[in-house]
Amino acid sequence: MSTTILQLLASGIGTGSIYALIALGFNVVFKSTGAMNFAQGEWVVMGGMIAALLAHGFSSIAVSCLVAVLLVTIFGMLSERLVIFPLRRPNALLITLVSIGLAICTRSLVMLLLGKQPVGYPGFSKATTLWISGVSIQTQTLWIIGITLAFLVVMHLFFERTILGKALRAAAADREAAAIVGVKVETMVLLSFGIAAFAGALAGAIITPLTLASYDQGAMFSFKGFSAAMLGGVGSLPGAVIGGLALGLLESLGSFYISSDFKDAIAFAVLLGILFARPSGLLGRADIVKV
Amino acid sequence: MTSVLLKVEDLVCRFGGLTAIANLTFDVMPGQIKAVIGPNGAGKSTLFNVIAGVTRPSEGRIWFDGERLDGLAPFQRAGRGIARTFQNLQIFRELSVLENVMVGRHLHGSVGLCQTILRGAALRSEERAIAAAAMELLENFGLAGLAQLQAGKLSFGQMKMLELARALAGEPRLLLLDEPAAGLPPAEADRMAEIITSLNRRGMTVLLVEHNMRMVMSLAHEILVLNNGARIAEGTAEQVRRQPEVIAAYLGEAADA
Amino acid sequence: MPSQKAVPMPRPAAAGSQAPAGNVIEPAAPDKNAIGTRLAGDWPVILAWLVLLPVPLVASNDYLVSLANAALINLILIASLNLLMGFGGQISLGHAGFFGLGAYASGILNARWGISAWLGLPFGVIVASLAALLIGIPALRLRGLYLSMATLGFNSILFVLFNRLVGLTGGPNGLLGVQPFSLFGWPLDNEVKAFPLIWLLTLLVMLSIRHLLQSRNGRALRAVATNEMGADAVGINSFRTKLLFFVLAAAMAGVAGSLYVHTNQYASPETFDISNSILLVVMVALGGSGTYWGPVAGALILTVVPQLLLDYEDAELMLFGLGMLIVLIAFPAGLAGVPEAVMQRLKSRRR
Repeated sequence: MSTTILQLLASGIGTGSIYALIALGFNVVFKSTGAMNFAQGEWVVMGGMIAALLAHGFSSIAVSCLVAVLLVTIFGMLSERLVIFPLRRPNALLITLVSIGLAICTRSLVMLLLGKQPVGYPGFSKATTLWISGVSIQTQTLWIIGITLAFLVVMHLFFERTILGKALRAAAADREAAAIVGVKVETMVLLSFGIAAFAGALAGAIITPLTLASYDQGAMFSFKGFSAAMLGGVGSLPGAVIGGLALGLLESLGSFYISSDFKDAIAFAVLLGILFARPSGLLGRADIVKV
Repeated sequence: MTSVLLKVEDLVCRFGGLTAIANLTFDVMPGQIKAVIGPNGAGKSTLFNVIAGVTRPSEGRIWFDGERLDGLAPFQRAGRGIARTFQNLQIFRELSVLENVMVGRHLHGSVGLCQTILRGAALRSEERAIAAAAMELLENFGLAGLAQLQAGKLSFGQMKMLELARALAGEPRLLLLDEPAAGLPPAEADRMAEIITSLNRRGMTVLLVEHNMRMVMSLAHEILVLNNGARIAEGTAEQVRRQPEVIAAYLGEAADA
Repeated sequence: MPSQKAVPMPRPAAAGSQAPAGNVIEPAAPDKNAIGTRLAGDWPVILAWLVLLPVPLVASNDYLVSLANAALINLILIASLNLLMGFGGQISLGHAGFFGLGAYASGILNARWGISAWLGLPFGVIVASLAALLIGIPALRLRGLYLSMATLGFNSILFVLFNRLVGLTGGPNGLLGVQPFSLFGWPLDNEVKAFPLIWLLTLLVMLSIRHLLQSRNGRALRAVATNEMGADAVGINSFRTKLLFFVLAAAMAGVAGSLYVHTNQYASPETFDISNSILLVVMVALGGSGTYWGPVAGALILTVVPQLLLDYEDAELMLFGLGMLIVLIAFPAGLAGVPEAVMQRLKSRRR
């Protein structure tokens, strides 16, 4: 295989991992509320910016990232308590709208508190590029792939092996049934927001060395995350991974072979294509789709 | 010769490994009140959902007034003259009581889009007619005083009445009543039974699913007993209540009457 | 501002009715829509519009008239989106896209081929409607979420097209050389002259919406939004109902687009991007989703607030976001419902 293709694959999988994380966060909230969470991308930006700003202060980049992710997770959960929890008649439509308001406020907060300047920090490794059999790969990309994998494993274990994880799945599958067996649905929504914020912030923190973080990227991250989730099958956690990777690869290959100008349009073309050809996505179930 | 209004033939419903309905065949004659009873899990709700078009059967045929219903969506079946109520009430809570019934007459309007946008004379007279018809129904059900109230604020019993009024607004030929007495105190359940009887006396065909045995025994001309998705008995109240299979199926079930 | 109630409503006879606690998305309670056995008349709307008519005469400068024009065009956009979203329960994230299609279709016809704006207007409406049909037919067969996604993707792609098809649209620099509407050879080439036409078309759109809501189609839409299963049971074709209103809303946005491009004699892609679609959604919610007069509040906010906050541009977005959250959580009927909500609270305290 030519080195170009390998390089494209590597960067595609790297970006794809980020999309997978965002899509995962989106899916978790979708499963527990039925709503599209527009704040998802803003958490990505938040995580990236806070990580970058802390990295300038602290000597340890790892600690900075960790703190950033934790801060955003707390912020996400606080947001849920402040704007979702008080809703008297929460339904998917209303929560979606509230998330739009939340996204706007979050973005404004980031802009006001963290500034409009794009920020970044050097990657996790001293060396920024690796040469493997003639192909140059950003070390940060390898970190991204590795960390994403680790996170996915943790998520899998969480949902399959822990009681809390199973409770969350139960609440997502059938609110009323779960409530009857004692699962507190409101707590599950809080938890899902926490997980989504965590995943988003993680994505932001680890991509920042490659792309820089800036307050206005949130919308694009959200939309690409939505596309990836749709592609893989909304509500399917493995689908988030498949969808994210597929989208990343499509973007990477597409922007090289077709046009780099249209890179962003690729995600949307994919979104529309999937919606019209196979709305349940690659892994989704057809029954959750048709009215 | 009286022709059959609803004909169900060789109906089979399988969900994964579970057979909810097994080779069911029965008829409903015009002007009849037929009740479907059976222990929980007998397949009654599935049967209703299949007739209404919400669930697709694995095998079998259904005819309504001589025409096949297969493949028709629920709204199309309503268009053929089948109206239904729901066990868990599907009224329009945000609309007013009057609007709920007016919506029931949806298929009786025909004014086009242009007329609507211009609010021409045709639209105005159609709206008046629909409102008048709906009001009349509400009066019959004793809900006229609540016409402007948001439907979500009604009591449970009133909501059941409203849903029935809405179903009737479309002037259907077959009424599918899904547990009309469920959740009602005895006095209101009796009232419901009276209404059903009087509707039937004026020619309405009714197919109902019900657990309230007193109501079933007093109302129904014919009773179909299901167990495990299959028919175990069919006949008048007298015939059915004596059959050993029926008694056996209900043993262990708390009988209502 | 004109009162919300069109016809005095008999107070519900049943005991204990409080202010409807429903959330802002559900179609409003009967009190707000004044739907009774009589049709709520057109007179309140016409009267309100007559009050507006002398604006260009009393306004001290052209700038105020341009604000009025902008507010009216925004009203068309917000009211049409409200029809779909507030009454129909469908979130469209592509409304600015249909606005843009109307603008570019009408503008390009004029700027490139010299065709009169009077023909451009219906053409813009047709283009927007066809696009809505194209997107709506596949998307509306799916769950609600999917329409949001489809319109999001649609608007985003449109934005790319508006920017890239430079030969047609003028690209990022915008479409130039668009001629205004002209009446018997007399061009409506400034804000004051354009006002009556914009005023009239906005009035017609608002009346159309009023008429649509009080018809069986309007009831069908609200029924589908409230309870699709119940709507099926009475014979309503939910898909066709949703599609109809999706196309109607897009058509109205197309009208706004044509008005916009011929009044400003210019159009550029960033007016029609996804963030403006989202802003329109915010305005629907802020003004009072699912109420008839809510869009007026939304249009006023959208037009006036940025002018007031000229020096504090950054705060503007935050304000909108906060406002939207407060409204959605505390005032389900939106800003248009605040007076009523306050009244209810006062009344209950008096007891």
